Amino acid sequence: MENRRIGLLYILPWLIGLVIFTIYPFVTSLILSFTNYNIINAPQFIGIQNYVNMFHDSTFWTSFTATLEYVVITVPLKLIFSLFIAFILNYKLKGINFYRTAYYIPSILGGNIAIAVLWKFVFANTGLVNQVLGVFGIKPVGWFSTGLGAIFTISALRVWEFGSTMVIFLAGLKDIPQELYEAAAVDGAGKIKTFFKVTIPLLTPIIFFNLVMQLIQAFQEFNGPYMITQGGPLYKTYLLPMMIYDNSFKFFNMGYGSAISWFLFIIIMIFTMFVFSSSKYWVFYSDEGGGES
Amino acid sequence: MNNETAFNNINLRMDKGYRKREFRRKVNLAIRYAILTIGAIIMLYPIVWLVGASFKTNSEIFSSISFIPKKIDFTPYVKGWITGTQYTFATYYLNTFKYVIPKVIFTVVSSVLTAYGFSRFDFPFKKPLFAILISTMFLPQIVLRIPLYLFWKQLHLLDTFIPLYANDIFAAEAFFVFMIIQFMRGIPKELDEAAKIDGCNSFTILTRILLPVITPAIVSVTIFQFMWSMNDFMGPLIYISTVSKYPVSIALKMAMDATSGNFEWNKIIAMSVIALIPSIVVFFSAQKYFVEGISTSGLKG
Repeated sequence: MENRRIGLLYILPWLIGLVIFTIYPFVTSLILSFTNYNIINAPQFIGIQNYVNMFHDSTFWTSFTATLEYVVITVPLKLIFSLFIAFILNYKLKGINFYRTAYYIPSILGGNIAIAVLWKFVFANTGLVNQVLGVFGIKPVGWFSTGLGAIFTISALRVWEFGSTMVIFLAGLKDIPQELYEAAAVDGAGKIKTFFKVTIPLLTPIIFFNLVMQLIQAFQEFNGPYMITQGGPLYKTYLLPMMIYDNSFKFFNMGYGSAISWFLFIIIMIFTMFVFSSSKYWVFYSDEGGGES
Repeated sequence: MNNETAFNNINLRMDKGYRKREFRRKVNLAIRYAILTIGAIIMLYPIVWLVGASFKTNSEIFSSISFIPKKIDFTPYVKGWITGTQYTFATYYLNTFKYVIPKVIFTVVSSVLTAYGFSRFDFPFKKPLFAILISTMFLPQIVLRIPLYLFWKQLHLLDTFIPLYANDIFAAEAFFVFMIIQFMRGIPKELDEAAKIDGCNSFTILTRILLPVITPAIVSVTIFQFMWSMNDFMGPLIYISTVSKYPVSIALKMAMDATSGNFEWNKIIAMSVIALIPSIVVFFSAQKYFVEGISTSGLKG
């Protein structure tokens, strides 16, 4: 059949790219993680030595803890904010476009390095946040001088960018059939009960999607710690991607960098797998909607 | 007579119920607006403040909450545009576009072709290949960084713009492919069949029949890829090492590093505003595509 070959022809560029830019580097980084490689000399096979060193490296543990803190703070907060605002916006409001834009803009601009610069000024000792706190009689906070403050600062940047997840939730809310709300009202369910018994269950596929995406992205955060806190104070915001960057592209310790990359990859997989395998207990696919895709 | 009073009674009760509901609706609306407005102010104030601060004097930046400068002063912009280096911002912008534009074009072309293959044809191993396509969307890219760097080093292409866009020649960003697949699936296949009878081959079906219909999806891909590549920081940070080739993002980082000693804050802030301008312009001119694009692609997974 001629037709069967034509389809392959169209996806051929993607297939070639998959091999060169995904499969090859994926396998290579695993191999490199078992070597000692400083770019100048040829890679030297050293078995699991990089991983052994990693588990004895106190900086690695601080970095790993900071990464977990960052993910545990940002992912739920981002999902809660975006769901909350989407829920309020999902109502016949005048000026809805203005509000949607206002909440959406930070998620589009937030990745720009200029926003990281802005964040430094906003959280500086005499910066905007401390000035606002001063108005309420609160003493200035040294955001960058404590581990907790610094983690909060870079987390705030990610949470501030909740607009894109909010738009996805908003589209999901619009897809919920009006009859279901009417049926709930007939059954005498109040607002809050309807929210938890109708809205949330029907949104679970979207919550699931957003949760997985946000987890994967949060674990790979680089710009915030690199530009805003420089990993400080005392490595308290030295997230794993920054440690990978330093080891690979500053110290040219490619083997060690690959080992940390693979550790991070496995951690992300564990979290993702956990969400996937738990999904059968909390994600509901309605029969009508499931036919698509 | 009796009938009439009964009727009036009902009318009165309905009226009372109606007014009560109407009152509650208004309270509900007021609460929604209050929350939304306070939230929107918190969300937007940092950006508004940034623009205001770019006109302020250095001492005023750290002494006033208000975004309105006491006196509008353009010197931060002039200084910022010149930068501290031998190049102006014009050079850095030119460098940025040298990889952003190819990246956008390659992404659109290769993603459309791949999406067309997957959504309109049957071929061996289609299902597993599609599953691989989707799973690359979830693959943490960080694990690929080091080997790709070594790959470009071997080809002696470090410190060129090629590593920043070459993967997009091969539809490497599955998100965009998926976005177009979703859009193409919504177009009835009868359209293709009719064109085939009229003598179109598979490629002309794509260019003459499908392309005009999927334009909104193409616009979405274009503006998303534009924004994301403007924002890309780690890519140029790893690959570009000569100052004359720096894009805006790295130039800004360099200015930030250089300024930590001599307190020219307003200059840095003005540079940040300059760095944000293209993204802001594109966002406002193509707003509806952003919202549509993200909801179709994100949702129908």
